[in-house]
Formats: sequence, C-alpha cells, structure tokens
Amino acid sequence: MQTSTTAAPHDTGAAYDIPEGRRAAGRWLIILATITLAAFALLQSLYAAGQTTYGFANWRPVLYAYLAWGVALGVGQVMIRGEGGKRALFVLPAILFTVAVVIFPTVAGLYIAFTDWNLASFEGRSFNGLANFWALMNDAYFWNALGNMVYYVLAVLVQYAIAFGLAMLLNAEIRARKFFRVAFLMPFMLSPVAVGWMVGKSLMEYRFGPAATLARLLGWENPAFFASPWIARFSIMAMDAWVWIPFVMILLLAGLQALPKEILEAAKVDGASPWRSFWQIIFPLMLPVSITAIIIRVIFQLKLADIVITVTSGGPGGATDTVSSFIFREYRDRSNVGYGTMVAEFYFILIAIFIALLLWGSSRWMKRVTG
Amino acid sequence: MAMSTKAQTGMATRSKPYAYREPPSEFASNSKRIAGRVAIYTLLLLWTFIALFPIYWTVTTSFKVAVDVTQGHLIPFVDFWPDWRGWRSIGLSPDTIFNTSTVREEFMKRFLNSAIMSIGASLLAVILGSLAAYGLVRFDYKFAIWRNRDISFFFLSQLILPPVVLAMPFLVLYKELALLDTHIGLIVVYTLMVLPIVIWIMRDQFRGIPVELEQAALVDGCSTWGAFLRIVLPISLPGMVAAFILSVVLCWNEYFFAALLTATNANTLPVMVASQTGSQGINWWSMAALSTAAIAPLAIVGIFLERYIVKGLTAGAVK
Repeated sequence: MQTSTTAAPHDTGAAYDIPEGRRAAGRWLIILATITLAAFALLQSLYAAGQTTYGFANWRPVLYAYLAWGVALGVGQVMIRGEGGKRALFVLPAILFTVAVVIFPTVAGLYIAFTDWNLASFEGRSFNGLANFWALMNDAYFWNALGNMVYYVLAVLVQYAIAFGLAMLLNAEIRARKFFRVAFLMPFMLSPVAVGWMVGKSLMEYRFGPAATLARLLGWENPAFFASPWIARFSIMAMDAWVWIPFVMILLLAGLQALPKEILEAAKVDGASPWRSFWQIIFPLMLPVSITAIIIRVIFQLKLADIVITVTSGGPGGATDTVSSFIFREYRDRSNVGYGTMVAEFYFILIAIFIALLLWGSSRWMKRVTG
Repeated sequence: MAMSTKAQTGMATRSKPYAYREPPSEFASNSKRIAGRVAIYTLLLLWTFIALFPIYWTVTTSFKVAVDVTQGHLIPFVDFWPDWRGWRSIGLSPDTIFNTSTVREEFMKRFLNSAIMSIGASLLAVILGSLAAYGLVRFDYKFAIWRNRDISFFFLSQLILPPVVLAMPFLVLYKELALLDTHIGLIVVYTLMVLPIVIWIMRDQFRGIPVELEQAALVDGCSTWGAFLRIVLPISLPGMVAAFILSVVLCWNEYFFAALLTATNANTLPVMVASQTGSQGINWWSMAALSTAAIAPLAIVGIFLERYIVKGLTAGAVK
C-alpha cells in the first residue's frame, strides 16, 4: 500500500513536496477513524452498562474497530508525512500491538485488584478499596513465597558457576565438541511441565526412581526428595538448574570464544598458571557477558512457576512455593480473582523496582571495575 | 557486534580455540597434559550423562511394564524386554495406530494446537519484531516525547512482566472479546511473550548490516520499504530463522497462560501432560509415552537446528 506511491525523494524525511490536499485528506482519515473507534467503544460501553438496548453481543467489534483504526493511522501517516510516515510504518504495528495487549490489560488489572471478586461466589465483583492490599500485607503464605524467591534468585549464582565451568570445558580443545554442545543444550529444549514429570515425579520417585536408588546406594536411608522443606527446595532448584544451566552456558561460551586470543597467549608466555590466568584475565574479561547472563537469568527466574506447580504445588508447607505458583493456585483452586490480581500487581511493582536497581547497580559497578 | 558475529561463526564452524599446548619435549608436562585431558573428558561425559539420563529414562520407561519400573530395570533388551504398553495406552503403538482411539485423538488435537499456536505466534512476532527492530536501528523516531531509546526500552521492558500479572486481566478481557479458549487468543498472548526477545535478536542482526548496502539501493531507485524487502530481508534471514526457532521453543513449552486461558478447544500439550500427572501419576508407562511424544519435536529441533538456537540466544549478549 505504500511502496507503489514513491515519487518523493528518499534521502530526507521532509514532507515539503506533499500536496496540501493529500495532507488534509490524511488528517481527515485519521480523525474519522478515531471518531469511529470512539463511537464503537462508547456505544458498547453504554450497552454493557445497560444504558442502551442497542449494541453488540460482545466487545469483538471494538477490537475490529481498533484494527481498522490502526490501518487508517498508518495510511494517514504516509499521506501526511510521506517518507517519514513510511518510516513510522516499520515500528507502528509493533507499538499498536504491544499497547493494545499490555496497556488495556494492565489498566483492567489495576481495577480488578481493588475488587472483591471470587468466581466461585454468586455475588460477582464489587469494589472493596484497599481491603485486598491489607489482606496481602497480612498473608503469611505470600511473604513465605516471596522469601522463597530470594533463595531461588540466589540459586542463579550457583547455576552461573556451574555453567561457567561447563563453558570452559566446551571451550577447551576437545573432540566431538558439536556432540557435547547439543547434549548439554538438550534440557533447555524441554517443556518444564514434562521435566516436572520426567525428573520430579519419576526419576526422584521415592520407591523406585533411579535417583532414589542411587541415593540409597550412597547411604541416604530415606531418600524422600520432597518431604522436608530444605531438601524439597533443593530438589526444585536442582530441576530448575538442570533446565536453565544450558542457557547460561551458551551465553558464556559465546563470550569465551570472543575473548582476544593475544592476551591469553601473552599470559601463557609469561608463565601464568591456568588458575591465575583464569582469575586475573579470563574472569575479568568475561564480566560484561556474565552480568548480562545473570540479569537475563534473574528476570526469568522471577517468573519460575511451571516446575513448582506440576511437582510440589508449593509444598511441603509452602517451602517450595514461588509467588507465581502461589498466585496460580489462588486463581485456579480458589478462583480468587480480585485478591490474586492484587498480589500479582504488587509482585510486579517489586520486580520492576528490583530489576531497575539491579540494572543501575550493575552498570555503576561495571563502570567502576572497567573504567 | 563484530565480536559477536565472530563468536557465532566460530561456534558454527567449530573453529579451534586458543590452544594451551605445553612444549612437547618435556616428559613431565606431557603426563600432566594427559591427566588434564582425562579430567576434561571425564567431566564432559559426566555432564552429558546428567543432561541426557532423564530423557533416556523417560524414553525407555515408555516401553516398560509395571514390574520393570518397580525393579528399576534400565537397559532395554538386557534388563527388560520392551513392551508397547505405554504407547498402546495413548493409541500410538503399531497395533493400535490404525484403530480409533479417543486418547490418540485427544493427543493429536493438543499436538496440533501446540503446533498451530507456537508457529502462528512466532511468525507474527518475527514479522512485527523484525519491522520494529529495523526501524529502531535505522531511523530516528520522535513520537511526542518518545525517541528511539524510549521505544526500545518500552519493548524490552515487557520481558520483565511476569505472566501472572497479565493472566487475570487477559481472562477478563478475552471473556468480553469472546476470545477465551480460541487459537487466536493464545497466539496473541504468546506473540506478546516472545516479541521482546525477537526485537532484541533482530536489533543485533540489523546492526551488523552495513548501511551502505541500503544507501546503494536507494540511489538505484528503491524506496525505503523496497530496500528493506529486497536487500535487507534476504541478508537478515538467518537471524529471523534463529528468532523464529527460539520463539517456537518458548511457545511450545509455555504452560501458565495455556492452563488459565484455555478449557477444551485450544488446550496445548503441556496442559495435557500436567493434567495427567495430577490424576494418574502412577500410570508410568503412559505418562512416559506422553512425555516422550511431547518433547520429541523439540528434541529433534534441538539436534538439527542447534546452530540457530545458539545464534538466537547469544544475539546481543557479546559486545
């Protein structure tokens, strides 16, 4: 729709040679589309509120109106701004998409969070102000889950250490590197739900799972992997590590392969021991990659839920609960939509602050170390 | 960026890394070197065992009968004789494959749902994400007070959004839009989930393409979009494939949204696996067969397209 009408110069984004009529038409197109969208939305919300009898069965026509509005906005941009509009077309679809599927739900979520709404009760939703928030403050299960998240996030450092070791191994001069890389990457490809069954429910099965058998051979009389709080937590961490170590390893391996060889060879010539050359050369040079890997990993770790939901459902006594699995049970088992959403929004704010601090702190620290 | 391409091509072509070769004349250092090699290979094999044993265990368990499971038999044909029992129970064994089987139909439906949604969402995300990434790399935008940096941050910040935050609002929204339990509904959610990753990968990819190529195309009379479609797109195809495959992997494995937003029509494979663990966790052979069938497509992807996954994962990480 846009490539065919190219008589304008391409080197500038200026719109000096666009006829005034075309610009006005473009402006009118956008205005009309906006009015149509607003009319659809208004009509439907009046209908939903019971003010009029005329309306649609559901909100889907409004969605179509939004899509049409998006197209009109794009066409209008090109008509008004020419080349600049065509450039905007690259980024416009993604922005409209993300805004629609993030902003609306977030606003809706904020509203839900302040309602007393249980799908299982007959009363429907009702606004209850800050009651959910105060309930949250006094909810020992939530704070317990949040405390567990601290352990799970700290476990990322252990994963990082193991992954670094594996990356060093793969980076050494070895045969069949491709085979080992594929084998090491394999756990990352598997669905956490399947892993939950494969490892958590069968391999670690108390009576005849191979892991339990092995533990008995090694002298552990009673290898119950999910019975006592700390052992259960470690079991979940081990499964999580099994899935995610390949990811960190691949990032670190790429970093290792991009290291300047001259420096490493110079260290070799100077007679530095492998241990020394690792701590004084490789590790500092790998810091940027390491920090990227750890931050990405922490971001994903904060969403940890699938394995916990499928293997322990948070037990024993909430020892393995994550915030996400806690909220999942709140939705799924108790249908407690209002409260669950409040927990989710609160957790999201905590995460946002935590990640922001992490990014800020790590960039400051990097500057101090490298510069 | 130059470094990162080097790293990737290095990984792809198995380039020799920096060798720590001791002088071969010294006998003592030679034996030390051998000890080092032994240690390296021991560790490599140990981790290979850790990484692959659960998969091996699952695949072999799908061919076991109850007594083989309880007695801890491990090696087929030696410890135990393989049996089709697990596969029969989901209707995929040789003797049941041509009969009608409700379990198999259920499984195939879920399988197809997973395939449709992960591929659909990945395609949509790659199209939207590539366009946005290209625009953000090449042009300077100014939407009100928003500039390129802000737009990029807006996209990438979606990555920290935990699924729990969006799950309930989506449930409510989809109910109003009549999109609950539909393919398109889950495709939209999954697209949102992988879009930041795609933009991240494609930004890195486009930065590696010299601007001169497009400038030459513009001089030859191509439009901006023409230059993008004819010149840039073919060059950046490997990056798109990498982003696409990584997205498929993430969507295929997604459980949270699928569990909350679907009921009977658009259920995915992970939901089916999870529901089985709840009700009949002891039915080992059929669970093993189901898990094997659920992970098989991605295991195959992992073996044959590992290069692209590595490329996708490492994009932008190594500067």
